[in-house]
Amino acid sequence: MGWFTKKSKEPAGKKLQQDEIWIRCQSCSAHVFKQDFLNNISVCPKCGWHGKLTAYERIGITLDSGTFKEMFETIRPCDPLRFVDGKGPYGEKAEQARTKTKLNESVVTGTGKINGLEVAVSVMDFRFLGGSLGSGTGEKILQAANYACDHRIPYIIFSASGGARMHEGILSLMQMAKTCAGVARLDDRRIPFISVLTDPTTGGVSASYAMVGDVNIAEPGALIGFAGRRVIEQTIKQKLPEDFQTAEFVLEHGFLDAIVHRREMKGTLHRILSYYNR
Amino acid sequence: MERELEFERPVVEIERAIEKLKNSAAESKGDFSAQIAELEKKCEERKREIYDGLSPWQTVQVARHPKRPVLYDYITLMFKDFVELRGDRCYGDDRALIGGFATLDAQKAMLVGHSKGKNVEENVRRNFGMAKPEGYRKALRLMRLAEKFNVPILAFIDTAGAYPGLDAEQRGQAEAIARNLTEMAKIEVPIVAVVTGEGGSGGALGIGVADSVLMLSNAVYSVISPEGCASILWRDASFSARAAESLKITAKSLLSLGVIDEIIKEPVGGAHSNHKATASAIKSAVLKHLKKLIPLSPQKLVQRRFEKFSGMGKFTKG
Repeated sequence: MGWFTKKSKEPAGKKLQQDEIWIRCQSCSAHVFKQDFLNNISVCPKCGWHGKLTAYERIGITLDSGTFKEMFETIRPCDPLRFVDGKGPYGEKAEQARTKTKLNESVVTGTGKINGLEVAVSVMDFRFLGGSLGSGTGEKILQAANYACDHRIPYIIFSASGGARMHEGILSLMQMAKTCAGVARLDDRRIPFISVLTDPTTGGVSASYAMVGDVNIAEPGALIGFAGRRVIEQTIKQKLPEDFQTAEFVLEHGFLDAIVHRREMKGTLHRILSYYNR
Repeated sequence: MERELEFERPVVEIERAIEKLKNSAAESKGDFSAQIAELEKKCEERKREIYDGLSPWQTVQVARHPKRPVLYDYITLMFKDFVELRGDRCYGDDRALIGGFATLDAQKAMLVGHSKGKNVEENVRRNFGMAKPEGYRKALRLMRLAEKFNVPILAFIDTAGAYPGLDAEQRGQAEAIARNLTEMAKIEVPIVAVVTGEGGSGGALGIGVADSVLMLSNAVYSVISPEGCASILWRDASFSARAAESLKITAKSLLSLGVIDEIIKEPVGGAHSNHKATASAIKSAVLKHLKKLIPLSPQKLVQRRFEKFSGMGKFTKG
């Protein structure tokens, strides 16, 4: 029995180790060293596929080192509707997300510098309930917009979200109007707002702040769209083209200014903002 | 045969009995006026009982009732001198979201609204009230025109949602809605929105950023349809009734969440039982809100609207 137990244990241990060493590219299916992938800012070294970044990873590659000052970080979800679905109460799910990600909400907000230029930023994190737009998310995005407005500094939002957080019902829908009202005030005061759409930016987030940047930039291959692929296929009863709702598709239809490789993002943001002459 | 909702059946049966008695009376088979009066009273009582105790899922059925008044009914019953204005000046004219100048008593206004049809043919032409980007862009064009003409905007909301289709995505459904949310925050004339039937997610909100948001008592307003929510969170559309309950989509829930400003009471038996009374209830509520909003300066209006939507949502801090 001794060897039997031992043998059944070992592959599990090895598998865990392998997961830590290797990563499989979601696009080209190549097996690449996880360290190589991470060193390459989560871009597949073989095919250039852009994997997801956590909010702090994004901040790390975007802002000048040591300049990020986090704001509004204590805002977190409550469970306004006492929502319970097939898998249990939303309150519990939100707590699990907080523990797992060590974040309080699906967005991290603050200020920092891009090659010396002061900006306000909101960076969404897909790991937190699919980056969904809840009341806390909307509040932080609005507060950061208000800060940018009061201090007359440009505002950049990095989106990564499946859309509205339906566990907060109508209140999540209202976050679309709330965040857009914040962006509208920036526009009114002629303060630049740049929207960076990363994989994925869909539903209520694409239908609010993410699509109304003065400049809209996406990462290569990002899923960007309003309705889900499945819903559309059911509605129109036909298969959709392969590139449907990719950043490239959205660029071609005129809703993006550019698709920029992650490595070039900081430089591009700086170049654009350097033209701000006020 | 008329379509009726499951829970309306007892009422419909009494109504049929009344009809029968009336026919008999007409054929002079006797005087049934006493019985008719009694049945009518009973019918009213049953209606009131049923409609006072509707579940959220039953309310969804009422909000989607095939005989519920649609935008054109309200245009006929409430407004004078409707001048329809068409086209988004970019791509086309959406028949699912229409608008134009209209007069409410003596009050001149700009009306925009989702336009469902009354039968299949009309619904196909109007895409079942599901607007495409050109609909939202037309609505924004008309709202800016209202600003220029200095007349208030009335937005009538009744849609299952913005159209989820290939062409809508190609022409930027997300951008069109997002643009409206952003621009409506800046419009310098009063905006009153009325959710008359279905308030379907972004498709509804796309014309719904208003100073006063009113809602008929059996209308619903939600981030996602109960069916959609059930199939995502329960992985089973048969949980729609549960989802409808959980999502808090009725006028009463929305009033307590601070999302709407007033509930407009429908006649007993629902809006479909009396179009005229429904239209007149909407009319007086809208005029009441306009009276409060019209004296406000453009700056004050925009500031108020910003504060209203800034305050929406519930979260924990600290």
